[in-house]
Amino acid sequence: MDQPMSDTVPALECRNVGRTFMIKRGLFAEKQPLKAVDGINLKVNRGEVMAIVGESGCGKTTLAKMMLGLLPPTTGEILLDGIPINSVSVLDIAKKVQPVFQDPYSSLNPRKTIEAIISLPLKVHDIGTPESRRARVEEYMRLVGLPKRLIHSYPSQLSGGQRQRVAIARALIMEPKIVVCDEPTSALDVSVQAHILNLLQDLRKELNLTYAFISHDLAVVEHLADWVAVMYLGRLIEFGRAADIFRDPQHPYTRALLDSVLTPDASLGLPEITLGRGLPNPLSPPSGCYFHPRCPDMRDECSQRKPQLIETDNRLVECHLYSET
Amino acid sequence: MAADTVLEVENLSVDIDVPAGTLHAVTDLSLTVAKGETLCIVGESGCGKSITSLAIMNLLPRKATLTANKLSLEGHDLLSLSEKEFAKLRGDQIGMIFQDPMTSLNPVFRIGDQLEEVYLEHGKGNRKQARERAEYLLEKVGIVAPVERMSQYPHQLSGGLRQRMMIAMTLMCDPTLIIADEPTTALDVTMQAQTLNLLKSLQKEFNAGLILITHDLGVVARMADRVMVMYAGRAVETGTAIEVFDQPNHPYTQGLINCIPVPGRTKPGSKLGSIRGIVPALVGDIDGCMFRNRCDFVSDKCQSGDIALKEISLGRAYRCLLSLEESRKNLEIVGAA
Repeated sequence: MDQPMSDTVPALECRNVGRTFMIKRGLFAEKQPLKAVDGINLKVNRGEVMAIVGESGCGKTTLAKMMLGLLPPTTGEILLDGIPINSVSVLDIAKKVQPVFQDPYSSLNPRKTIEAIISLPLKVHDIGTPESRRARVEEYMRLVGLPKRLIHSYPSQLSGGQRQRVAIARALIMEPKIVVCDEPTSALDVSVQAHILNLLQDLRKELNLTYAFISHDLAVVEHLADWVAVMYLGRLIEFGRAADIFRDPQHPYTRALLDSVLTPDASLGLPEITLGRGLPNPLSPPSGCYFHPRCPDMRDECSQRKPQLIETDNRLVECHLYSET
Repeated sequence: MAADTVLEVENLSVDIDVPAGTLHAVTDLSLTVAKGETLCIVGESGCGKSITSLAIMNLLPRKATLTANKLSLEGHDLLSLSEKEFAKLRGDQIGMIFQDPMTSLNPVFRIGDQLEEVYLEHGKGNRKQARERAEYLLEKVGIVAPVERMSQYPHQLSGGLRQRMMIAMTLMCDPTLIIADEPTTALDVTMQAQTLNLLKSLQKEFNAGLILITHDLGVVARMADRVMVMYAGRAVETGTAIEVFDQPNHPYTQGLINCIPVPGRTKPGSKLGSIRGIVPALVGDIDGCMFRNRCDFVSDKCQSGDIALKEISLGRAYRCLLSLEESRKNLEIVGAA
């Protein structure tokens, strides 16, 4: 299955992208390879939203960092508008891609005021005068729902929700083409989340923005995404149109993820999740299919042979259930 | 007081001294929790839900003053207790589970020691009994090989395991009341469902009252027997989970339910409902409806005076001047928007 071929090159493309970390456990231990991201192929077209979902530790954030040019891939390459990311200077990458990170506690400098934090991208790129930057900061603070009086406050004086709003304002102030959102709303209140999601959608339409949207909130993903990529232990295990995946998830892991969504329906109880325990140790991933120890549909071959990413029913799935030939 | 009532809070107010004046963090809040019952307090950051839980546990910051007509646990008055007596209660009769298990666990002590400490500190028995209890509870919360786990440190556990361990720790002294403040917010979705299932089944098994504080309406809908929606330090709507979700009466509750994307209900890509404006400052004198600046159905009457919590039926109430018929009509407007 191919994404509709457009005349233009994709806004963001990952070609066989992988990242291996060398991890040392213990003082005299040998370094071991940890494949955080393993052979990912993805394309995001201009103006589209690609959601990347999966549990913590599946490599979502590592992938995001590579898309932002903050971490070089060990294999493959990432292209922005068809240009390899490693051939462009950091400042030029920053004009095109901006991040909204997950943790507003560690992504804001505690010793800078809110004004300084939000206006920093403008300052770095030498845009505007201090006055015009102040006006722009105030505008974006209002957009993300931050009261103006906080402009001289420090992050420590703000609630978690307000901090994340600062981070979002900082990312949007450069009006980048691509925004890599790593769990942008998971720390926000629901009414604020709605504002931010609406805002992200409005900006996307107005400015033809492209989002790589990393989230574990599948309700948000369904609402926002055109494409969904499901990751497990660094691998892409299912990829397709959001509508298809939510209507008919195929990989057992995707199905479990969707079953875990708690819709606000008081007549329903809690779902029974049949998944086994958490993620296996990525330093020594299971044999065969990485998911087989937790899989409710496990068969003999799953522990022996690695499944291939195959095309089925209008999407890509990496699972032996669908690879009967 | 009903025979199985665990916690009774009447007219609780918490004021905090801040440089700008007095911050009314919680105003005139009353609630009860029965044995085996789950009360979900839901609201956005700054609405006073966490302060309420801290007030119940007497863990308020020093600058905060608490006033209440009644604060009693199983019929025992908590207001007259000294700090020392309260310390005995916490971890014993009142169990607490916080959002981030990593910050509520001591990183330099083994898990087993931390579990046993709770038991020993409250004089429940000797070390051997404490160890047995810890092993028993770790098994209960679904931790395989509890003996091995007990000799590990918190950082060696995944987030989900740590939160299970916190649940086990809470149950060490067989509490009558468990207060869980955003217990699954830091967990993955698959872990969230499993942890909530575990919490619910253990709460029923131990017949404890549970106050679950969360901002996640999905969690509320699936976990709560009764719901209290808080806004700006006040309860704005109470009722059973079904009542509140199917027929929300307060404009804030209506707005809140309408602003989350729900698979199968909201159309992908459509505009989500949202509540305009921001939470008001709670400093200084407070007059009129706290929600009026954000409310789509505001009128002159909302600007001043005391808006009382209107009781429609037992345990079902909302704090709004609109009549029941009016709010039903508004619900259709909000829902259709």
